[in-house]
Amino acid sequence: MRNFNEYCKLKKGLAAYPIACAMAGLITMSQVFAGDFPTAAVNTTGLAVTDSTVKVGILHSATGTMAISETGSIQAEKLAIAQINELGGILGRKIEVIQEDGASDWPTFAEKSKKLLENDKVAAVFGCWTSASRKAALPVFEKDNGLLFYPTFYEGLEQSKNVFYTGQEATQQILAGLDWIAKEKKAKTYYLIGSDYIWPRTSMKIARKHIEQHLGGKVVGEEYIALGDTQFGSVINKIKLKKPDVIYAAVVGGSNVAWFKQLNAAGLNAKKQSMLTISVTEDEVLGIGGENLEGFYSAMKYFQSLKNANNDKFVADFKKAYGEASVIGDVTQAAYLGPWLWKAAVERAGSFDVDKAVVALPGYELMTAPEGYVKVDPNHHLLSKLRIGKWLKNGQAEVVYESGLIQPDPFPKGYQ
Amino acid sequence: MFGYTLEEVGNIVVMQGFSGLSLFSVLLLMALGLAIIFGQMGVINMAHGEFMTVGAYTTVFLSKLAVEYDFVKSYFVFAIIAAFIVAFILGYVIEYVMIRHLYKRPLDTLLATWGLSLVMQQIFRSTFGAKEVSAELPEWLLGSFQPTEGIDIPINGVFVMGLALVVTVSVYLFMFRSRGGLRVRATMQNRIMAGAVGINTKQVDRVTFALGCGIAGVAGAAFTTIASTGPTTGSLYIVDSFMVVVFGGAASLMGTIASAFGIAQAQSLLQFFMTSSMGKVATLMTIVIILMMRPEGLFAAKVRK
Amino acid sequence: MNELSEKVLGGKQGALHLAILAVLLLVILPLCLDLFRLGLIGKYVTYAFVAISLVLLWGNGGILSLGQGMFFGLGGYCMAMFLKLEASDPISTKIQTTPGLPDFMDWNQIVELPWFWEPFKSLPLTLLLVLVVPVLLAFIIGMAMFTRRVGGVYFSIITQAIALILSILIVGQQGYTGGVNGITDLKTLSGWDIRTDSAKYCLYFMNAGLLILCIMLSRFILTSKFGMLLLAMRDKEERVRFSGYDVARFKIFIFCVAAMISAIGGAMFTLQIGFMSPSFVGIVPSIEMVIFAAVGGRMSLIGAVYGTLLVNFGKTIFSETYPELWLFLMGGLFIAVVMFFPDGLAGIYEKYAPHCSFSMLRARWLKKVPKVTGERQ
Repeated sequence: MRNFNEYCKLKKGLAAYPIACAMAGLITMSQVFAGDFPTAAVNTTGLAVTDSTVKVGILHSATGTMAISETGSIQAEKLAIAQINELGGILGRKIEVIQEDGASDWPTFAEKSKKLLENDKVAAVFGCWTSASRKAALPVFEKDNGLLFYPTFYEGLEQSKNVFYTGQEATQQILAGLDWIAKEKKAKTYYLIGSDYIWPRTSMKIARKHIEQHLGGKVVGEEYIALGDTQFGSVINKIKLKKPDVIYAAVVGGSNVAWFKQLNAAGLNAKKQSMLTISVTEDEVLGIGGENLEGFYSAMKYFQSLKNANNDKFVADFKKAYGEASVIGDVTQAAYLGPWLWKAAVERAGSFDVDKAVVALPGYELMTAPEGYVKVDPNHHLLSKLRIGKWLKNGQAEVVYESGLIQPDPFPKGYQ
Repeated sequence: MFGYTLEEVGNIVVMQGFSGLSLFSVLLLMALGLAIIFGQMGVINMAHGEFMTVGAYTTVFLSKLAVEYDFVKSYFVFAIIAAFIVAFILGYVIEYVMIRHLYKRPLDTLLATWGLSLVMQQIFRSTFGAKEVSAELPEWLLGSFQPTEGIDIPINGVFVMGLALVVTVSVYLFMFRSRGGLRVRATMQNRIMAGAVGINTKQVDRVTFALGCGIAGVAGAAFTTIASTGPTTGSLYIVDSFMVVVFGGAASLMGTIASAFGIAQAQSLLQFFMTSSMGKVATLMTIVIILMMRPEGLFAAKVRK
Repeated sequence: MNELSEKVLGGKQGALHLAILAVLLLVILPLCLDLFRLGLIGKYVTYAFVAISLVLLWGNGGILSLGQGMFFGLGGYCMAMFLKLEASDPISTKIQTTPGLPDFMDWNQIVELPWFWEPFKSLPLTLLLVLVVPVLLAFIIGMAMFTRRVGGVYFSIITQAIALILSILIVGQQGYTGGVNGITDLKTLSGWDIRTDSAKYCLYFMNAGLLILCIMLSRFILTSKFGMLLLAMRDKEERVRFSGYDVARFKIFIFCVAAMISAIGGAMFTLQIGFMSPSFVGIVPSIEMVIFAAVGGRMSLIGAVYGTLLVNFGKTIFSETYPELWLFLMGGLFIAVVMFFPDGLAGIYEKYAPHCSFSMLRARWLKKVPKVTGERQ
């Protein structure tokens, strides 16, 4: 604001001055006045905060193999930031975005985090998608005391002062879903299958313990597919031999498409086989094709078809911004929460300082989340619900079950 | 037997046999184009996978048209032909612009075509978007065929097998039973002599390369029935394709067929008895070890340079 | 002594080029760039080790290995294993079921340190293994392939397959290797915190110094009789064989040397970046590193270093401003270099430098050079 007034004085146009002042008054009426929060007071650690702007970073892969998945997150984060700016920004300051490309390459994530934090001095970063990229960037955030909002559902086993996890950790996604399918399908035998890396392996470990110790079921097979492998003939035959009541799947990427197509072609469609997957969102359905998924279940916290006022508005806004054909998956929604949570943290703290914002955020309840309601837990994860979606031919899911709020537990006792 | 009835075991053996054959036809389709380009011409085409992706995107594009103009039932046949033509033309152009300058430097074709594959991937990404897409498949390609209760034979697998058979026979007929093939073989065996007897060797090079690319396009079209289509799909196939050709012994069509069969059966069995990813490692490892013992591959008499 | 320096530095011209590179890396860049950018340069320099190894192997030996990433990765992993063990002391890992183990092992229910991790408790042994493990692998591969006269493109394809196997194995055996995330969160080297600014500077200089040393070592190899033989083998392998030389043995040797140089780069990478992941072991990084060498000039050790720096700098700049364009540019660069400038930057320099006025100045300046080389001894 000070800049604006100075600008008016400089012009020294007698006629323009009162009009400009009136305009300035009009704008500030509906807004938080940045002057109420002098920059020196809200930014004691030298972040890129001026009297009228604050810089944040977006760090996802816009190129490379992960671009497929991360594009939705970039869009959602930009949408949220644009909306926050429309409402007057944060502490009267407009958010400026510096977007960096992680290029699906993990050291690049570390490198760009360093650039955002050390060169650009951003107040917060929304980004990372795969666990590997987060693991690579994490030491940088911890060393430079940055603030990261991480959107993806992931394997847990992590909790950092400098990170807020807006997606689900493993137990939030797995336990309630298994409980539901065990009851719904009276399932006794389970076949676990996932891509061969840390998230599916950790998830399957938790799932196995839960099935064996709490559900009284039996795991009849556990299978891991090399990333990018597209041949499932032998795996499907093994499943046919074991005849599990439920297939529990966490296959990702190009393999995921091949898995569903070949499963269907082998006659294991939803009429004959129940499957619960934790790796299919609306984004993946585009590639897999609704006809191959019809009748299978996904366990997520968010589906595009969710019926509530927040979500109706979110879906409408998203489609307005990115086209009618765009779809919104679980992670996209979680990414959308990031900027809003950061806004809340800064406003509750009355400061952009990372140390203050980090302390202020836990306990916050976000009422306007498209998924309905979330609360930030002291362990930096979100309390959220789990939903089971049944896939329809048109690529959307019908929500058939909704759990209560689930407490995040990144280091689950008894599941390790 | 292990708590299963004899019938169950029998069914699995049948289906497992089928999935081995199905993998065999997938590998064969992947490798045939490369066997021509690499085996006959000695060009290492790292963009081979991208030519498959060209075929796949052609199919996806046609399927969109098919949905719009309502010929979903029959479009797949056209799609395969279109995939061949598009990849063929593209291959022809690329041979003319790029490859023909590099015949004397085989290692350099490897690098140049790797660059080409990067460019093609980015073109796919810019044109079709980063997300994976799938072709709308006609009803008759979906689901399975059940000869008896308990045995499911995937129809798309049968389709890919049929296609692999047709393509292999066509390649065989072209290479060994047509004048065109005679020219190709003559040129590859002795370029100067072939030129001396009036064969336009440059034209032959161009057509041969384009032919290999066209076959890759057909493979790509066929793979839309079993796997995904995305900008980087091609890179999933490239190592497998090369392993099949090298293991078979370059310059030998029989070798390629035999090696595709051997690799497919081994991988299929190993993946059945081990976990899938370990099965894959074990297969690759076996191939590499055999190649170290017998560097000329299964079917080649000549010593490599 | 003079002869040795001649060999190591590659004559007046070579000494000058090497001196310029050394000044650039050790003086100019550290003075001009902030620590962040310097860190990037440090990372590129680790890739330059691989580029140098490829100049030896591919440019001079005619052996194109598409698996150099493996050796880079192995060197890096060896270093990372040591650092990880040091970072996982019982106190900082006390929330684990089994304190004192690396965190990813604990998540995978491994309660005892696997045997092959044991040697990495000791620094001297680790430093030795950084060199020995990749060389051993190279020796085995080389033994199997070169004695059976597998060469050319077949060698390339097989090394590529081996790189793929290794990366699937590392990803799949996550309890022992850290899986797809790699070995992360490395903190100290024998108590010395490698994350501090002073350590970063220190490592940068160490890294650049090692690079210069490796260039000199490679020069020595290339200017010796062995280097001549290498060239001869590249161009007319049969003739060398018929002259009574054991071609396979020479090839194995140069392959091992190349593996060792790459491994040093990998170890330095781990130290500077603070983690190692399987994404450096696979096919894509291996081929990218070939292109670094190709852009710089496959015959020129120093050119390869500039090529690496330039391509990576371009990558960073372009992916910051035009991420969409980057792959086009990179791919185009591959094609252009191979088709039009097979000798890369060094080739362009050789071709045009003598005609420009700069070279006249240089020629005048060169007269003073013997003193410089004298000092360097």
